[in-house]
Amino acid sequence: MRPDVDFFNLESQLSDEEKMMRDSVRQFVNERIKPIIADCYEEGRFPLDLIPEFAKLGLLGSNLPEKYGCAGINNVAYGLVTQELEAGDSGIRSFVSVQSSLCMYPIYAFGSEEQRMKYLPGMAKGEIIGCFGLTEPNSGSDPGSMKTRAKRVKDGWLLNGSKTWITNGTIADIAIVWAKVEDENDKIRGFIVPKGTPGFTAPELKHKLSLRASVTSELFFQDCLIPEENLLPGSGGLKSPLMCLTQARYGIAWGAIGAALDCYQTALEYAKNRVQFNRPLASFQLTQKKLVEMFTEISKAQLLCLRLGRMKDAGEIEPVHVSMAKMNNVNMALECARTARSILGGNGIMGEYGVMRHLCNLETVFTYEGTHEVHTLAIGRHLTGLSAFE
Amino acid sequence: MKIIVCLKQVPKNDSILRINEQGTWIQDRDLTYEINESDQYALEAALQLKEKHGGEVIALSLGPARVQTVIKEALARGADRGIHLEDATLDNLDAFGISTAIAAAAKAEGFDLLLTGLQSDDYGYAQTGVIAAELLGLPHATIVMDVQATDGGIRVKRELENGFFQWVSMPAPAVLTIQSGINTLRYATLKGIMAAKKKEIKKLDAAGLGLDTASLTPKMQFRRVYVPVKSKQTQFLEGSPAEVAAKLIEKLKNEARVF
Ligand SMILES: Cc1cc2nc3c(=O)[nH]c(=O)nc-3n(C[C@H](O)[C@H](O)[C@H](O)COP(=O)(O)OP(=O)(O)OC[C@H]3O[C@@H](n4cnc5c(N)ncnc54)[C@H](O)[C@@H]3O)c2cc1C
Repeated sequence: MRPDVDFFNLESQLSDEEKMMRDSVRQFVNERIKPIIADCYEEGRFPLDLIPEFAKLGLLGSNLPEKYGCAGINNVAYGLVTQELEAGDSGIRSFVSVQSSLCMYPIYAFGSEEQRMKYLPGMAKGEIIGCFGLTEPNSGSDPGSMKTRAKRVKDGWLLNGSKTWITNGTIADIAIVWAKVEDENDKIRGFIVPKGTPGFTAPELKHKLSLRASVTSELFFQDCLIPEENLLPGSGGLKSPLMCLTQARYGIAWGAIGAALDCYQTALEYAKNRVQFNRPLASFQLTQKKLVEMFTEISKAQLLCLRLGRMKDAGEIEPVHVSMAKMNNVNMALECARTARSILGGNGIMGEYGVMRHLCNLETVFTYEGTHEVHTLAIGRHLTGLSAFE
Repeated sequence: MKIIVCLKQVPKNDSILRINEQGTWIQDRDLTYEINESDQYALEAALQLKEKHGGEVIALSLGPARVQTVIKEALARGADRGIHLEDATLDNLDAFGISTAIAAAAKAEGFDLLLTGLQSDDYGYAQTGVIAAELLGLPHATIVMDVQATDGGIRVKRELENGFFQWVSMPAPAVLTIQSGINTLRYATLKGIMAAKKKEIKKLDAAGLGLDTASLTPKMQFRRVYVPVKSKQTQFLEGSPAEVAAKLIEKLKNEARVF
């Protein structure tokens, strides 16, 4: 098992339960994900057969209440879980983030009690898979400019438009779709769109060079009739999808540590064993500097996340705190992956070692869930009171 | 079926192992711990028997406060409750002392099966279950690979040498020591870990067990623990085959003295 980076003894700050959850997921990732992930990545395939196992472990919607068939774990434990999953692969973590934070969370937060009881237990069991449709071909960083529209009709809503870059789209049983409601002054609201709804298609985007062990799709809606009871009644305004994204980004901030740890550990082992000029790579000053920088940045990111998690559990968190953690940690992980890749030399590009896979994955993670730049500007707005992007 | 599973907390196999100042054991401040490997299979066997036949699984561990994590992990995997034997006078016992404490707790609790792992990864005595059975006056089987319930008893498969196995029928209650690798260990699920928080862990000390601790003074002691010194050396002989053969004969004669 991977020895831990724990320079500031954060272990002492975790409860027995939090440690047990992390260790259990770590063991699962080591035994069930690591052996297959290089092949999945190469074949551009998400391991669908693992979904029941994710569910059995309790990974889906893990921080939602027990009443809905979920485990009800706290935010620090949830963070540790995403960290371990992303040490396996960002695509695997993405699946869990989308199902939990982007699909189960909005049903929990904006749904009626009937909707919660109808969907959440099945989603926790992995029997209903969700996807989250916000981004459109012409609305990425600026989701407020979306074109997808819902129009009131006799039996519900008529949905028209398209979404792109949608994780899990093709394999999803339901899509949480964000659309402007014409009859409500173009207010953005969330709809539950079941697979098989006439006029709804979800073709997969092929030929990605990043996040290959994850399904990414386009969603097309042509005069889709959405029944009244599929509107999320509590949703209203851009704030609703952004609240979901804050949940998911929180997990990503932890997840990035997992990917960084996996790269760092691989590089450290490699540097100790690989001999050039009759000495291990680890004995060269330049290599040591690389290792020290990775180790230092990972340690800082861990401190940031633990504090963030405790604040989130105490209800003291603002979205801008999550922006900083996502921005810093994903960037940190991307740097670690690049550095680790360089330490491994030619082997660094091989699937066997995983660092190139993490590196390519993290390019997506850098961009999705609010790009690095937009998070930077969100913090800039917080500091100056002036928005540089809107 | 009421099953008590004994779980020992042992140093993780990737721990840093340094010998202590007295030279009698390894330094414990460097150690991280886990559940002894074969004990984990004993727990899994117990959980599977419970799933098949109903009943209760009780996780029992002896040791300082830190062994609570072992009990909690067992509860998270599905054990119903825990028993923690904790008393300063019970630290540093030998296998006989530990078995005496376990036998006392098990007797007070009552059970159909008492399971232990085959042997512990640290001391490796393979004695605890066997001595406990003797103290309890119960039948036992060692190196058990399968357990089946029968009318009024059990049938167990034992591992013998050279790929041979033996099936033994025995009455219950009984004591079994379980071999590693006989089943697939389950993961502690997030729900299981949350549920474990609400399960009972009963604490018992020496007085509560009615033990006469003076009689448990170890009958066996560690005199010295040391890292084996390297005593063999590899030498490479160089030269033509004929030269090497001559050198080899010379060495076998004069150094190894084989003829
Ligand atoms: C693999 C993958 C999976 C995804 N999954 C989902 C999903 O499940 N659901 C979903 O809704 N979306 C998903 N996305 C979409 C993702 O959130 C968007 O890609 C992201 O929001 C960026 O949008 P864009 O790609 O259109 O880039 P753009 O918004 O066009 O940005 C391009 C560049 O310009 C910069 N930029 C834009 N505006 C500004 C500004 N004001 N100031 C400074 N710089 C700026 C950006 O930072 C970026 O560097 C996914 C994306 C990928 C790649």
